[in-house]
Amino acid sequence: MNMLLEVKNLNVKLDGETVIQDLSFQVARGEILTILGPNGAGKSVLLKTLLGLLPYEGEIVWHQKPKIGYLPQGLNQLSVKNYPLTVADFFALKNPGPSLEEISKYLLLVGLEKDILLKTAGSLSGGQFQRMLVAWVLISHPHILFFDEPTTGIDIGGGETIYSLLHTIWEKERLTVFLVTHDLSIVYKHSTHVLCLTRKRHFCYGAPKEILNAEMLEQVFGREIKIYEHK
Amino acid sequence: MSFQFIFSLISGIFISGVAGYLGTLMLSKKMSVVAGPLAHLAFPGVALALIFGFNISLGVFPFVIIGAILIWILEERTKLPMENLAAIIFASGVGTALLFLPIDKAEEALIGSIEKITFWETIIVVILSLLVFYVIKRLYQKMMLMNVYEDLAVIEGINIKLYNFLYLLSIAVVVALGVYLVGGLITAALIAIPAASAKNISKGLRSYKTWAIVFGSVSAVAGIFIARFVQLPTGPLVVVSNVILFLVSIIFRKQSF
Repeated sequence: MNMLLEVKNLNVKLDGETVIQDLSFQVARGEILTILGPNGAGKSVLLKTLLGLLPYEGEIVWHQKPKIGYLPQGLNQLSVKNYPLTVADFFALKNPGPSLEEISKYLLLVGLEKDILLKTAGSLSGGQFQRMLVAWVLISHPHILFFDEPTTGIDIGGGETIYSLLHTIWEKERLTVFLVTHDLSIVYKHSTHVLCLTRKRHFCYGAPKEILNAEMLEQVFGREIKIYEHK
Repeated sequence: MSFQFIFSLISGIFISGVAGYLGTLMLSKKMSVVAGPLAHLAFPGVALALIFGFNISLGVFPFVIIGAILIWILEERTKLPMENLAAIIFASGVGTALLFLPIDKAEEALIGSIEKITFWETIIVVILSLLVFYVIKRLYQKMMLMNVYEDLAVIEGINIKLYNFLYLLSIAVVVALGVYLVGGLITAALIAIPAASAKNISKGLRSYKTWAIVFGSVSAVAGIFIARFVQLPTGPLVVVSNVILFLVSIIFRKQSF
């Protein structure tokens, strides 16, 4: 196994309050690790900590220095609403800036027409904006993806488009993916491993079929959850 | 047309053009306000220059730049918003200055003295403007990404501290130049208004930047010309020209965002 990341006894505090306690897990290259848990369990905090954006105690060891693609949860459209930034301008913020052809290709992959290139990013619909962000992250060919609820605000068919796209790219480019989602069917269908976090600072880790049973979900989310397993 | 007039025209175009360009970045960062307090920091410098009898610009530059550096350090330490820190720095600077500044002699600091600019000062203005223009051009995309979402900028490998510093330094230089053109009281206008006018009529980043530079330069030329024919000070006329262009831009406003 080609180990990519080792996390040992990770503790993260935000404003003096413990958000992640004594967390240990490993990720090998090519895995899709889904991080599950209720709101406030520390999923986004974990992603940010792994990305080196937050201070922590314990060990986070990256065995390679890979190119990272990050789609944060907080990047909503409000942050661009006041700029005269077209979609093309938004892609040009990348370094190096991709060519227009390349951008059109990726827009098409996430289900957007290329005529939105000249629209301002602030005038897109919420779902279009989110799709554009997915394209924005993927266009640099990252080796590792950090996707924090990538399909927020995207319609049902659209979410499916994004996840199948992710799956295709994952197979083709041997990516490692860290995914935060609330969509359990996605977890079954696309992830190789699951890490669940709870508000009580417990965690569980394993293959989706091993740990995603009603009992475990009740422990994580604190109430009974019906699950429909995809065969 | 005298050489003096041509000097002031050239300096005006350069100062106002680069201020407009920088303004587009500051408007996006909701920081246009910061220029005002920084410009007011010129006053302690002016006070010292008047008291000890040296060239006013020698007093202005160090104070504005030290002010910018203080804001940068305080932002790193306190994480307070820059506009708030600018207000604090400004108040301390002006407060101290008012204790010593011979107000009756301070007109140049208040409304600028572009019409008296010398050949060598013009050369320096042009060089500094080009330098700042180059720096902002290099920073632009990265600062924009930081504005949109700072974490993304960190992951793209952008050194946020360094860029913030260069950015503030550029602001300081432009503000100090602006004090020449329109004086410390209204320098913020050079930075805030062309960008606002440009935003009104632009849909993309390129036209936004271009129009801001055009509006800045045109208003400087207009102000300097009008001042030649009417007996009114140049600086305020440049600002009024800016305001008129802004009002015109509202008529042609794009509705798309």
